[in-house]
Amino acid sequence: MLVPILKQGKVLIVSMQASMSDLDLLQLRDELADRVGRLRSSAVVIDVSGLDVMDSFATRTLRGIAHTTRLRGAETVIVGIQPEVAFAMVQLGLTLDDIGTALDLEEGLALATAPRAEACR
Amino acid sequence: MTTDVAEQTKVPVARDGDVVNARQTGRELAASLGFRSTDLTLIATAISEVARNIVLYAGRGEIALSAAYDGSRRGIRVVAQDAGPGIADVELAMRDGYSTGKSLGLGLSGARRLMDEFEIISKVGIGTTITMSKWAR
Repeated sequence: MLVPILKQGKVLIVSMQASMSDLDLLQLRDELADRVGRLRSSAVVIDVSGLDVMDSFATRTLRGIAHTTRLRGAETVIVGIQPEVAFAMVQLGLTLDDIGTALDLEEGLALATAPRAEACR
Repeated sequence: MTTDVAEQTKVPVARDGDVVNARQTGRELAASLGFRSTDLTLIATAISEVARNIVLYAGRGEIALSAAYDGSRRGIRVVAQDAGPGIADVELAMRDGYSTGKSLGLGLSGARRLMDEFEIISKVGIGTTITMSKWAR
């Protein structure tokens, strides 16, 4: 299953789906690493509000996406983590480390397009 | 334990898409048993971890989901079974951060934290069975 990657100015926007398998996540990672270069994007906003589960694999892949795109010059912001999902992640001991998060897409876009020095820190 | 187990739903697990199927089936059963929304996510996440463990380390197996009753308590029981290589040192495998390299090492220990009861029986060369339950509040 391919999730659409939308482009708005210098930002790429992805909306993750609950039915995404591990392979789909890895495919998304590879696709984003390619696109941030081709489209000269400065940020990636990943909306996970549609995910009912973020387990250790999904979390690890999101971290992988964020670190890969950062090496390609773009910051990643994860938006829309549901309260139940956040609670489960904490119990699992999962963290997103240094990756920026925001409440929803609107805030995420604001963070992603903020002046570079303040963005995503 | 003297819990009665009602009929089971079995979900075969062999490919990574089956992980999604297993957790969604588990969530639906838990919802029908009256679990709160927060618990549904915890249960689905725990199922996801044990299902992925089967795909990563055993290749194939199955997850049996059933309602569990213990007196007036109602809950869900998840039995993840495989005939894979087994785990030589279960205590070590259950430790936070322990991984043979395919994962974050939080899968099994995490699943145990998400559920109320968790038991793992593993024999090298024979396979692994994880039984875990959560009770509705």
